[in-house]
Amino acid sequence: MDTIKLTIDNREVEVPKGTTILNAAKQLGISIPTLCHFEFKGMDVHNKPGGCRICVVEVAGRRNLAPACVTECMPDMVVRTNSMRVINARRTVLELMLSDHPNDCLQCSKSGKCELQALAIRFGIRSNPFVGPDHAQSSYQIEVSPSIIRDMNKCVMCRRCEMMCNEMQTVGALSAIERGFPAVVSTAFNQHLDHSPCTFCGQCVAVCPVGALTEVDNTAKVIRAIVDPSKKTVVQVAPAVRVALGEEFGMKPGSIVTGKLTAALKALGFDYVFDTDWSADLTIMEEGTELLGRLKRFLGGDKDVKLPILTSCCPAWVNFFEHQFPELKELPSTAKSPQQMFGAMAKSYFAEKINCKREDMVCISVMPCLAKKYECGRDEFKVNGNPDVDFSITTRELAALIKQANIDFTKLPEEEFDSPLGESTGAAVIFGTTGGVIEAAVRTAYEVYTGKQCPKIDFEELRGLEGIRSATIDFDGLPINIGIAHGLKNARKLLEDIKAGKCNFHAIEIMACPGGCIDGGGQPLHHGNGDIIKARWEAIYQADKEMPIRKSHENPSIQTLYKEYLGEPCGHKSHELLHTHYFDRQTTVEVDLNK
Amino acid sequence: MDKIIIKMKKEVSDKIIEICDRFNNAPGELINVLHQTQDFLGYLPAEAQELIAERLHIPTAKVYGVVSFYSFFTMQPKGKYPVSVCMGTACYVRGAEKILDAFEKELGIMPGETDKAGLFSLTSLRCVGACGLAPVALVDGKVFGRLAPANVKSIVNEYREMDKQ
Ligand code: SF4
Ligand code: SF4
Ligand code: SF4
Ligand code: FES
Ligand code: FES
Repeated sequence: MDTIKLTIDNREVEVPKGTTILNAAKQLGISIPTLCHFEFKGMDVHNKPGGCRICVVEVAGRRNLAPACVTECMPDMVVRTNSMRVINARRTVLELMLSDHPNDCLQCSKSGKCELQALAIRFGIRSNPFVGPDHAQSSYQIEVSPSIIRDMNKCVMCRRCEMMCNEMQTVGALSAIERGFPAVVSTAFNQHLDHSPCTFCGQCVAVCPVGALTEVDNTAKVIRAIVDPSKKTVVQVAPAVRVALGEEFGMKPGSIVTGKLTAALKALGFDYVFDTDWSADLTIMEEGTELLGRLKRFLGGDKDVKLPILTSCCPAWVNFFEHQFPELKELPSTAKSPQQMFGAMAKSYFAEKINCKREDMVCISVMPCLAKKYECGRDEFKVNGNPDVDFSITTRELAALIKQANIDFTKLPEEEFDSPLGESTGAAVIFGTTGGVIEAAVRTAYEVYTGKQCPKIDFEELRGLEGIRSATIDFDGLPINIGIAHGLKNARKLLEDIKAGKCNFHAIEIMACPGGCIDGGGQPLHHGNGDIIKARWEAIYQADKEMPIRKSHENPSIQTLYKEYLGEPCGHKSHELLHTHYFDRQTTVEVDLNK
Repeated sequence: MDKIIIKMKKEVSDKIIEICDRFNNAPGELINVLHQTQDFLGYLPAEAQELIAERLHIPTAKVYGVVSFYSFFTMQPKGKYPVSVCMGTACYVRGAEKILDAFEKELGIMPGETDKAGLFSLTSLRCVGACGLAPVALVDGKVFGRLAPANVKSIVNEYREMDKQ
């Protein structure tokens, strides 16, 4: 590889051709401040508009200061990252940015994690020459959608969210609008997110450096439910939470904290601490049975059977196809997501068991996800207006609750989930990453279809973090073609192939977030560090290995559920409680013949 | 969110589709498509932007991003008598700002807006090539030069009277 030698702050460095000054400096341990620049290594995500200019450096022989994040190194370049001129210029850039910022840090939900605040601290900002009595500021209404709060007066126009929404997700809900002070990233006609094609994946929230995009905060609702003596609180925790929550308490990425997490939820005062892994096993029973049903009809010569079957456990993905590919809405499995299966069972099966009225039970979920907040509110998941899952909080919100309750998380003794909605298998925990749902389905479908024990349990060929993967699994002589996509741009590619008839998959797993739920919009912020995602990913498979039972159909609690309550998978009662249907929600322009 | 169905008059949608086709529905031609659509309709209503987005296969948010960025695109229907005040250098140094203020006051609208009756709309322009007459305003295409704020009221009244007849 061609390399280049240059000098940065009087030190020599050799870098591959094409390296930016920012990365060359990093190699020397010099961290140039950045704001708009965002690189998510290993995830094919890159935002470099070169717009904010906080990263400027002095290059000998150039009149103007150069933005380090987009300027490539040249042979024998002499760079100064900390001359007086550079420091003053950066300060001015920051002061100008702050002059159009509300600066209400004490009440901002991003406080302590905000990259703009971190810069102000780093630069020692104490006053601002650009803030006068009549200084102009944008004045947008704060908008609250089911999952996301947008406070555009805090937007610094880094355009990271726009990149996530358009390039990573190909949703196109967001774009830079207006210019000058009112310039922000917003929706078409600056309308409510609810009226846009937004999927509520939360990837924009995950990368916003400031408090402009944040999640809807339900922590107060949780406390209210816990202290209400007339309510029974039932909490469920998604698989990906247990491999990420520790980060909020300084533990190393990839720490598996299931036991502490359970202890913390009990210490917070929830009446029943259960596991979404339990309903993930249930999802496999329903979705796996549906897959086999469709396969059998297909093999029997039924031309109308809908294949490939698409997984349906990610609500952002459901939103995506409802908005962008409604013509394919018969393909996804009708199985509800594990969150909603849990809610449906908690407020029927379990409520009957403990003799609790539906209205007296508050079902709360802890999710790595922002779309789940929205999903709780969908009408299909309500009975007489009462939602199966009352509301959802993110991994970050749970961490905040634990801190508020003076619980020293790292010192908690490990505890177990309550029974019976807390028993689960290794197949369920891998739902937390891309490829996991389909691997869990294969482990069960193989044995149900062939009637034999599967010779292996680890399907390495289905694992990985590449955006689109495929594998053929031999079901004892019957080859089953499986596709996997994560990140909606990759989902889009597979869907286009299906539409063009170029797809020979029998089953496809799709997750909206890059990496799957381990990188969900509600997880601890990774600030672009791909190693964190890799560590969570490894932890998920480690957690699977540590489980005594690793196949969903062997979960004794699920077996009892079918015996006592549901009958058989995809049977009458399951259909009523555990399956759903989808809608065409594409915006269309029609000719109005009456006008 | 429920499905959104946007209704449009056939002659309008036919025309927009024809404009998009003329540019091969190429996303790179967005600005040209918007220009011609605005020439045809006088403004760019949300429905038109939705249809253009659909035809060019780009997100509506991106179309709106462009429309809201450039000051020559407007989402407001033009008034019957569009008023444009020149803000070019020559006019500016001769007090164009005061002229604009006077129009804002007299019409009760800000640049980019149209009055309730649909009679007047107000915009500012860059040099209209009549610098010798600075400051200059155009009303319904007619040039008014060497303006003082005091003239504004009578000009507006002239058009109001004209409209009554
Ligand atoms: S939540 Fe996802 S789809 Fe919605 S605006 Fe953000 S990135 Fe786009
Ligand atoms: S909303 Fe946040 S991520 Fe998006 S441009 Fe503004 S500051 Fe950047
Ligand atoms: S991938 Fe997981 S975290 Fe992301 S939107 Fe889907 S369910 Fe939520
Ligand atoms: S970080 Fe380099 S221009 Fe914004
Ligand atoms: S500057 Fe107004 S006409 Fe030239």
